[in-house]
Amino acid sequence: MVETQRFLRFDWITILLFLLLVGFGWLNILSASHVGDTVDYLDFSQPYGKQLLFIFLTFGLIVILLAIDSKFYERFSSVIYIISMLSLVGLFIFGKNVNGATSWYGIGGMTIQPSEFAKAATALAVAKYLSDLNTDIKNFKDQLSVFALIGIPAILVLLQKDAGSTLVYGAFIFVLYREGLSPAYLIISLLFIVLCLLSLKFGVLATSLIMAIIVFGFHFSRKKKPIIIQPIAIFLIGILASFGTKYFYDNILPAHQKDRITIWLSLEKDPEKLERMKKTIAYNLNESEKAISSGGLTGKGFLEGTRTTGKFVPEQHTDYIFSTVGEEWGFLGSALVVILFVLLLMRILHLAEQQKSQFSRVYGYSVAAIIFMHFLINIGMVMGLIPTIGIPLPLFSYGGSGLWGFTILLFIFIKLDSDRINQW
Amino acid sequence: MRQVLLFIIIILTGITFIGRLFYLQVISYGNQNLYDDNAIRKVYDYPKRGFVYDRNGKLLVDNQPSYDVMFIPREVKPLDTLEFCNLLKITKEDFKKIFNKAYNYSPRLPSVFIPQLTKEDYAALQEKMWKYEGFYIQKRSLRHYQTSIGANVLGDIGEVNNAIIEKNPYYRMGDLIGKQGVEISYEEELRGVKGIKFIQKDRFNRDLGPYKDGIYDTLPKQGKDITITIDSKLQEYGELLMKHKRGGIVAIEPSSGEILAMVTAPNYNPNLLVGRERSKNFTKLYRDTIAKPLYDRGLLAQYPPGSPFKVLNALVALQENVVNTQEKFSCRMGYYLGSRRLTGCHSHASPLNMNDGIAQSCNAYFANVYRRVIDKYDDASEGMDVWSNHIKSFGLGDYLGYDLVNGSPGKIPDGAFYDKWYPDFNWGSPTTISNAIGQGEVIATPIQLANMVAAIANRGYFYTPHIIKHIEGQPIDEKYTTPKHTTIDKKNFEPVIEGMFDVFNKGTAESLQVPDIEICGKTGTAENFTKIDGVTTQLTDHSIFVAFAPKDNPKIAIAVFVENGYWGSRFAGRIASLMIEQHIKGTITRKDLEDWILWHSLEHEYEKPYLGEPFGINANSTYQLVDAKEHERLKDLAKDIHN
Repeated sequence: MVETQRFLRFDWITILLFLLLVGFGWLNILSASHVGDTVDYLDFSQPYGKQLLFIFLTFGLIVILLAIDSKFYERFSSVIYIISMLSLVGLFIFGKNVNGATSWYGIGGMTIQPSEFAKAATALAVAKYLSDLNTDIKNFKDQLSVFALIGIPAILVLLQKDAGSTLVYGAFIFVLYREGLSPAYLIISLLFIVLCLLSLKFGVLATSLIMAIIVFGFHFSRKKKPIIIQPIAIFLIGILASFGTKYFYDNILPAHQKDRITIWLSLEKDPEKLERMKKTIAYNLNESEKAISSGGLTGKGFLEGTRTTGKFVPEQHTDYIFSTVGEEWGFLGSALVVILFVLLLMRILHLAEQQKSQFSRVYGYSVAAIIFMHFLINIGMVMGLIPTIGIPLPLFSYGGSGLWGFTILLFIFIKLDSDRINQW
Repeated sequence: MRQVLLFIIIILTGITFIGRLFYLQVISYGNQNLYDDNAIRKVYDYPKRGFVYDRNGKLLVDNQPSYDVMFIPREVKPLDTLEFCNLLKITKEDFKKIFNKAYNYSPRLPSVFIPQLTKEDYAALQEKMWKYEGFYIQKRSLRHYQTSIGANVLGDIGEVNNAIIEKNPYYRMGDLIGKQGVEISYEEELRGVKGIKFIQKDRFNRDLGPYKDGIYDTLPKQGKDITITIDSKLQEYGELLMKHKRGGIVAIEPSSGEILAMVTAPNYNPNLLVGRERSKNFTKLYRDTIAKPLYDRGLLAQYPPGSPFKVLNALVALQENVVNTQEKFSCRMGYYLGSRRLTGCHSHASPLNMNDGIAQSCNAYFANVYRRVIDKYDDASEGMDVWSNHIKSFGLGDYLGYDLVNGSPGKIPDGAFYDKWYPDFNWGSPTTISNAIGQGEVIATPIQLANMVAAIANRGYFYTPHIIKHIEGQPIDEKYTTPKHTTIDKKNFEPVIEGMFDVFNKGTAESLQVPDIEICGKTGTAENFTKIDGVTTQLTDHSIFVAFAPKDNPKIAIAVFVENGYWGSRFAGRIASLMIEQHIKGTITRKDLEDWILWHSLEHEYEKPYLGEPFGINANSTYQLVDAKEHERLKDLAKDIHN
């Protein structure tokens, strides 16, 4: 009886959304990776076969995750975090290089990507640290500590040339803000991003002019004017940042990333060169957009996508899986996937807000923020809204580590949530 | 705020994504279709192009297979290049050049190595083909001409150009399309509709099988055979008679408007424009700007019609009731206005009535008659318009509307034309007197003149000339079976036709009578000029002849133009009379006349302007004869036709 009640306390809406996304994701992986007319579902040499195996294993993983006592996650979060960080460090010695990134361990015929698990570990650590009674997020020292917790995995994955995963750690800023971090951080981050884009698109001079007008305009329109040094200082820092951005873009940023930004912001003025870039550097993006567009309102039908079947979009079963949805399921199918993700995120946030323990709430918020960041970057990239950044679409893209990483991330929260009645 | 910020951002992101999807998939979806999808290979299945038959059912044009040597650069393995090059009759350098060019285009896609091998080369190559990996042979269909005549009528086919592809979505790069003659006019009937197969491919261009199991694939629709109105024997004879001359012959059956023969000289063998040699030969023909073999003189050349035009003036005068058939006009070796001679004439009896005026081709007679027509009206411009309308009703002065793409409008002036030309001058009938004898502002093409004669032969109407007889038994366009009436009453034709008949009985073509055939005709001579080093220089007159026969129930109306052939009956008249006899009797009784034409060449006339030395024209030009060997060859050809 007690067991049944416990079973019912799992949030079935989240689990249902999870199943829908994983299931629909697999159909699209099948479409993107099958060859010829016959499909052998248990052909483990093919991505769709492997992914099916991963999904089955995931159910085992879920049972384990839900069976473990929820207190375990809170108590052992530090240990989990440390182990996870060590696994990232270990990559520098034992890592296997795939596509230029040293993010994998090769074990037998399998590869494991520890960074996919590090997100959950970091979320646990951040939750643990923030829920500590001695921690006050408004306290600068505590802020530094929590930034360090987030920064360590972020820098480690960056060093392994997995810049996309680094960006995901930026998601924690939403968590920290929710827990009381000054909005200044958010505002400054946002302004900084805008400043960077303006500098690249319109150049340092134009950006400085715009800044001058806004900063000094604001200053002189105020009734109670602070000393003039303040706007001047802000302005100078702005100019410095603008120069820095330009310098970074011109001299430090690796060529392939630079090209991605060039294409995204249409910085290349020579149309012929731009056309050539579209066919080479932006080949993926270009084919992906074409594939999505060719789907129309209702799509070409499951397994009928000509561009998918013809393998026109490289990496389609991993990072570009959404283009398969676009081509074969059309606007209706793609919009449905977007809606499913939005529903999942809202549900998690909603549950997080209902948690009685701060640990569970922070963790739940982290889960939503991390999944959201993946969702934002991946789909935004596939549709050409943001520059090409290689990260998977959660639960959808091919890959065991990714699937398991997100499963762990999500089901720990489902477990925590199911126990909220006991959280005093 | 802290609790809802992420909520809001998530919702906004969702809305943005759906908006972007809507833009990509719904708004900019329109131009997507199977044909533009580079993930689908379109394989076309070309149907057999329809055959062309002459009016008697003789096959003129069919198809022959041709073999392109194709290759995929990446799949080519080391081979015995020397042997391969020998088989294809190319050098090793050619081999390298072709190979590298194709490799640069795409190492994966098939390219043409050597197009259109002859059957013999193909046979030799095919035995050894297994040795050359990466090479294969692609069969194509080319035109095959069963005849060496009628290139201007039959036309040819070639690859479509970009302009056509942009205008007509049916055509794709490399498709064949009619380029001249009936191949253009009846392109759609002849070509049929190609079939298409959609093949799914991957990004390396490898085939993955039919797209959606071929539900969108279509089968080709066969091209239709067409039967044209040309009598190939008459055409062949006409071309033979025009050897070593320049000009055009157009013969029309008056009772139907069917074009029996359409000769342009010089011409070329249609087989020159087939296969591998096509572009080389075409360039050669195209670059011959002196003889212009590609220029269809029967349809395009606009000459002053000369004396044949006089019969129209006679008809207009009768219709306008300004003269009767018996009224006589005197001629003092020309027509005088006061003491000024407006137009000259040759020596003949004077005065003359209409019948003799036509038979003797008296300039003065027609100058008088023409002036009466114009002067009948108070205003010269009004008179001119009335005259112009009558003349135009014979199909002159504008495109005739026949079913061949080449054509010239000719020119028949009207009142407005002269008002514009002489804005400050009170012009009148004397100003435009040259129109009376077909010289002034009047110009016409041979086919227009032939049609004009057909209208006279029919006593007042004509059918738009056409080249199509039927398409696999289907009736032709109504446009070609509806008579077009002239503005002249039927009764007015008889006296004029009598005059034309007397041209043969006692007039300018007396020597060209054909036993047992009543021919009505009219000779013509047209002055013409060219520019030599910027100086306008007169050349020997064009020889012109129009005729129809027999007088009752005419079977043929014909116009013959021989450039620089001097007077009308000298070349054009002889040729017209031979053509008429050939058509009506199927044989030639006056061998000496035929022989005269075959023997005589005008080539020296055509060379004169280019020799850079002074030369005489008309009476001062001499006959030139072809050499004995050529003469024998032409006689043999004539014999073949008559057998």
